[in-house]
Amino acid sequence: MTVTLLPLQEMIRAIRSARTQCEERGVIQRECAAIRAQFRQADNGGRSHNLAKLLYVHMLGYPAHFGQMECVRMIASPRYSEKRVGYLGAMMLLDEKQDASLLITNSIKNDLSNSNQYIQSLALCTLACMGSAEMCRDLAPEIDRLLRASNSYIKKKAALCAVHIVRKVHDLGELFTKAARSLLTEKNHGVVHGAVVLITELCERNSETLERFRKTVPDLVQIMKGLVISGYSPDHDVAGISDPFLQVRILRLLRILGRNNEGASDAMNDLLAQVATNTDSTKTVGNAVLYETVLTVLDIKSESGLRVLAVNILGRFLLNNDRNIRYIAMTSLQKIVGTDHNAVQRHRGTIVDCLKDQDASVKRRALDLSLALVSASNIRSMMKELLSFLSSCPPELRSQTASGIFNAAERYAPSQRWHIDTILHVLTTAGGDVRDETVPNLIQLITNTSELHCYTVHKLYRALLSDISQQPLVQVACWCIGEYGDLLLRGECQETEPVQVTEDDVLDVLETVLQSHMSFPSTRGFALTATMKLSTRITENVDRIRSIVSIYGSCIDVELQQRAVEYNALFKKYDHMRAAVLERMPVIEKNSQGHINGETIKESQTVKVKPGDLLFKRLMHSPWLNTDLKLMQPSTLSVFSVVATVTVYEKDGVTVTLSCEKQSDSGLTVTLTASNSTESDIRGFTLQAAVPKSVQLHMKAPSGDSLPARGAAKVTQMVVLNNPNKVQLAYLQLVSEVFDLSPIFYSFGSQNI
Amino acid sequence: MRFMLLFSRQGKLRLQKWFTSMSDREKKKIIRDMTTMVLARQPRSCNFMQWKDLKIVYKRYASLYFCLGVESQENELLALEIIHRYVELLDKYFGNVCELDIIFNFEKAYFILDEFLMGGEVQETSKQIVNRSIEASDMLQEVRFTDMHQTLQDDRLE
Repeated sequence: MTVTLLPLQEMIRAIRSARTQCEERGVIQRECAAIRAQFRQADNGGRSHNLAKLLYVHMLGYPAHFGQMECVRMIASPRYSEKRVGYLGAMMLLDEKQDASLLITNSIKNDLSNSNQYIQSLALCTLACMGSAEMCRDLAPEIDRLLRASNSYIKKKAALCAVHIVRKVHDLGELFTKAARSLLTEKNHGVVHGAVVLITELCERNSETLERFRKTVPDLVQIMKGLVISGYSPDHDVAGISDPFLQVRILRLLRILGRNNEGASDAMNDLLAQVATNTDSTKTVGNAVLYETVLTVLDIKSESGLRVLAVNILGRFLLNNDRNIRYIAMTSLQKIVGTDHNAVQRHRGTIVDCLKDQDASVKRRALDLSLALVSASNIRSMMKELLSFLSSCPPELRSQTASGIFNAAERYAPSQRWHIDTILHVLTTAGGDVRDETVPNLIQLITNTSELHCYTVHKLYRALLSDISQQPLVQVACWCIGEYGDLLLRGECQETEPVQVTEDDVLDVLETVLQSHMSFPSTRGFALTATMKLSTRITENVDRIRSIVSIYGSCIDVELQQRAVEYNALFKKYDHMRAAVLERMPVIEKNSQGHINGETIKESQTVKVKPGDLLFKRLMHSPWLNTDLKLMQPSTLSVFSVVATVTVYEKDGVTVTLSCEKQSDSGLTVTLTASNSTESDIRGFTLQAAVPKSVQLHMKAPSGDSLPARGAAKVTQMVVLNNPNKVQLAYLQLVSEVFDLSPIFYSFGSQNI
Repeated sequence: MRFMLLFSRQGKLRLQKWFTSMSDREKKKIIRDMTTMVLARQPRSCNFMQWKDLKIVYKRYASLYFCLGVESQENELLALEIIHRYVELLDKYFGNVCELDIIFNFEKAYFILDEFLMGGEVQETSKQIVNRSIEASDMLQEVRFTDMHQTLQDDRLE
């Protein structure tokens, strides 16, 4: 059967002229089918073309795995052209994860000893590209042999092949150490380059090897000198620099050898100075060498004079027109900003100017470096620059800039007012990009700066009037207005121009936030709580607040609804406590990181919380809380994680209350108290309890089994719970034949609320 | 060096050389990421970018983007020189190289690359030596070529 095959270039043309993906797929499928058929046939001389076509198709992204075996066959072919394409195919289609790759090991081995150096070269190249650990172990001795006894063309390739082997199988490094050493003495640049790369790899992997190779420092210095001083060498010249590739590699090796070693560093000192001074820096290639030199000087134990020279070179780089040079200058300065801070500070002006560069990469580097250079002495001017950067920086850098500004402000703020202003500025400019803990942190800062409460609330009120879209800002503003609304209404302020507002104006603003579709649910929570707090700070419009609160009692958002219901209750049943509950917040102590839910309660044996308590207030107002603590109401499900006295049943004159006392980390004593306010006695009153399996229960005997009428006496019963497995949430289900009691949940081990 | 990619302004891949072992999926992802990142850059931008733990060095020559992924301790400015050297080698070989040359003779582009770089490192620092090696290899191939050409013709006639 004859199948018409297009020669390679024809096929490429056909594929390129396909007008649609579909057409292209058609051409490729046809060709692949033909190729597959050809592969199955005997050797016909056109094999390399077919494989080449397959490789092209592979590059376009189509599957070509059926060519793997063909590669194996071609590599074994005696024809050079076929070997060449076969090896290329192996590098493209076979990687160490494929089983077929092992099949070529033998071919490679044979080709490594071929009399023709170009065939040897193919084998070396392929091994260095896709050789698996197994193949490397197999062929390592061959490579070592080639490193010692072959021409320079092969030696240089063998050296890089050895590098690959060492990367794959670290232990084999030992094998090549001696050969690597002797290769350094060769004249051929390619070989020396390969040797330097190999030695670098060996030294990086093994510190003992590194010790041994320190002896080569004088030789390396000699070679470098030869390159730097020698006249024009046409073979290796690049824009006046003699073999920059080799120079850079040698400098890199010197860096590794001189690191942490005085002797080696001394030996290379003069050379580095010479390179740094004599290298022509008008072209990129010269700068590449200078760059490597600077990196080396800064990393080894160099003389201070040399160090200064290096930093000055970086300073010059900063002023270079070429963006690339400025970029790498900043990257290098970033590395030494910790150790040579003052030296880098001298270039602060230029670095800050780079913030205004058009290029995104340069901007990023400038930002990193600028943030590292902020200090107590330059905080004001640096912050001006950073804030102006924030308003115009690319979106991907905003979050990093905002965090950087906050950190800097926290460490070096010259005054609290400045600090608050800075944070507000960031929230107005980039409110959407700040981290979550910014809001509580700012609130804490504001609370603790009591002399600026008036100023702060005025500023925030104004900000809120102009824009309610930036959520963190709105949240903080609502909180402040809720807390310090009375200061706002007073109409006087020392630090800033006071506003003349009425109570209605303030409530309007909060209501706008509540109703706006831009507000997140958590923001609306803030606004509602703030509105509620104002009920004790304003005088006339309390009814308006009452109506807002009652409207939200039927809000779809469960969180808001719950809050509204509870505030409603505060208005109705607990009105006598309202003033105390909604009092000004006390100074909040700074948390340790990671306490999302607010302060830790000091370890105490019993903490009984009642509405009106300080703790209760904190919980009510806490900006950390996404779910406020529920008021202790009789409800079918009482969830509490604080020790308290809870009424679990109250119906028809019978009341059962429960109080807990934590005895230890895993132990709890529950005291049940039942009383009867009806006219008749109740007999046969028993309680049973159920807990989850992992919790141990021990019910002590009750004090009695009848409840006398009119609350003459109470029945108490103790229940001891033990939670050895530290189950977080345990429940106690009380069962009575007479009453329908619901489960009560207790959260063990909760110090946080 | 971890990889070298050549792609056109439309994002079509013209050459891919991987210097570390990677799955096909990873390679495809890198190609996608690189083409997106590089093609999005403004004309006179800096030629360096940070991507994960690698430094990306790219340069545009006519309609082709040359993109290298190098490790953090490597010299970016030298990487630019490496790209330039490769372009010079291609130019010498093809005589005024253009994208079409690389498309229609992609295997030659690989052969040249394999004489210049190996295992992610520079193999030969002299232009002349690389050129001479390529010429000699081509000669070696030529010797057999006439045989093959005849065989191909014979095939067609069947």
